[in-house]
Amino acid sequence: MLKLQDVHASYGPVLALRGVSLEVPKGGIATVLGANGAGKSSTLRAISGLLHPSSGVIELDGQRIDRLQPERIVRLGISQVPEGRQIFTDFTVGENLRLGAYARNDRDGVRRDLERVFSYFPVLRERRGQTAGLLSGGEQQMLAIGRALMARPRVLLLDEPSLGLAPLVVREIFRIIKAINEEEGLTTLLVEQDASLALGVAQHGYVLETGSVVLHDSAENLRRDDSVRRSYLGF
Amino acid sequence: MDEFEEFAQQVVTGASIGSIYAIVALAIVMIYRSTSVVNFAQGELAMFTTFISWSFIQSLDYFWASFALTILVAFFLGGALEVLVMRPVEQAPHLNSIVVTLGLLAVFNSLAFWRYGPVPRAFPKPEILSGDPITVGSVTISQLNLGIIVIALLIMAALFGLFNYTKLGLAMRATAQNPVASRLVGINVSRMLALGWALSAAVGAIGGMLTAASLTLSVDMMVAILIFAFAGAVLGGLDSPAGAIVGGLGVGILQALAGNYISSQVDIMAAFVIIIAVLMLRPTGLFGRRVVRRV
Repeated sequence: MLKLQDVHASYGPVLALRGVSLEVPKGGIATVLGANGAGKSSTLRAISGLLHPSSGVIELDGQRIDRLQPERIVRLGISQVPEGRQIFTDFTVGENLRLGAYARNDRDGVRRDLERVFSYFPVLRERRGQTAGLLSGGEQQMLAIGRALMARPRVLLLDEPSLGLAPLVVREIFRIIKAINEEEGLTTLLVEQDASLALGVAQHGYVLETGSVVLHDSAENLRRDDSVRRSYLGF
Repeated sequence: MDEFEEFAQQVVTGASIGSIYAIVALAIVMIYRSTSVVNFAQGELAMFTTFISWSFIQSLDYFWASFALTILVAFFLGGALEVLVMRPVEQAPHLNSIVVTLGLLAVFNSLAFWRYGPVPRAFPKPEILSGDPITVGSVTISQLNLGIIVIALLIMAALFGLFNYTKLGLAMRATAQNPVASRLVGINVSRMLALGWALSAAVGAIGGMLTAASLTLSVDMMVAILIFAFAGAVLGGLDSPAGAIVGGLGVGILQALAGNYISSQVDIMAAFVIIIAVLMLRPTGLFGRRVVRRV
């Protein structure tokens, strides 16, 4: 289980998180919703270690991780698919996936996981030798998710997987995210602008506003509640 | 000597000085591609470590042991510079870092001048490279120059192997390309940057020692070398190690040919005219990465 308790963090003088608390139960999907600048990405960056909290506690299965560096955190089992995908554009698709498994030493396991990633994203197998920067946006997003899976995480953090993609591609990617969660019980925290999409796959939803959680409920309740929809979710 | 032999002789002569340019260019490229910073102190750092190697030779009286020891010292000095001097200014704009390298240039220049003085010293050549020149057909090359070319090839092969066939090399290349993504897959980016500086300083030290062996050891010996090495690096494409080698060799050979066929007074100018022409046609250099990506 992933748990955040009253997490504060800032970029220099700019406060990004003002006391975020949330929980993602083992095997579940939770989503963090909110407008631009509400602190969604910062929440994920705090979990993966790219942004160090100034106070508060972040725990993975009871172990505190909020003072650790990202290279340590990925070894503990948290893998982030960053905003804007951040694939290695000059490397091949294969090299990108190999780098995803950088923190691992079990060759056989890595080979199995490569097959697993190819089974979720067959197009990556076809494009294996291609330069990643030449993939379409949707394929790049698939590669970014595949790369994160190659670390064999216990928790997957997804930052706006729908960003800049055509609706059809987005639907396909969300279908796969859901499938991975269901088949492997992979705990997933999803940050998304498109609230209806996110609440469609998640069990729990958190709404962020200027760096703190203003609303937290089951995804189903959030979806149904008209006033919530109007004031926070915009659909 | 017929025309072809004369040409071949100039190419061989140019290739040996060009090998030194290539080595120093490699050192420049290794830092540039991972940090986008041109290390202007590269030459003075190489000069300074060569003085250290001179001290080793004085006390050890054995060339290759001193050679190896110097590479080791340069490696740690380079790593320490990255950690202690470059890292604190890493977040600031690149120009700050570049100015800091200019500062390091001045520091190592002054230190060497203060410690070792202005008088050039003879730098001992290893015995194995001090024999009679070797002649093939009518092309002659000194053993030292041949040794320089061989050492340059060895460095190149070692780095090629490191970058392309090891996990560490892949991690270093990944760090150069996308530091944030590298951290997220578990690469210790700080360590990779320090390692880049360390390797670069070690390679530069080899360039310095070879320069001293073929000229003399002096505080200003790397000034001209750095300019040509830099030209070679730009000609090859600043982010390409293979380009650094080809560019460095190319500059050396162009310089020799221009000196022979035009006049030794204009060899530098003629070499640069050609470099400028190449860069006009290929702004990223011969091997530089043309940024191709879909967004």
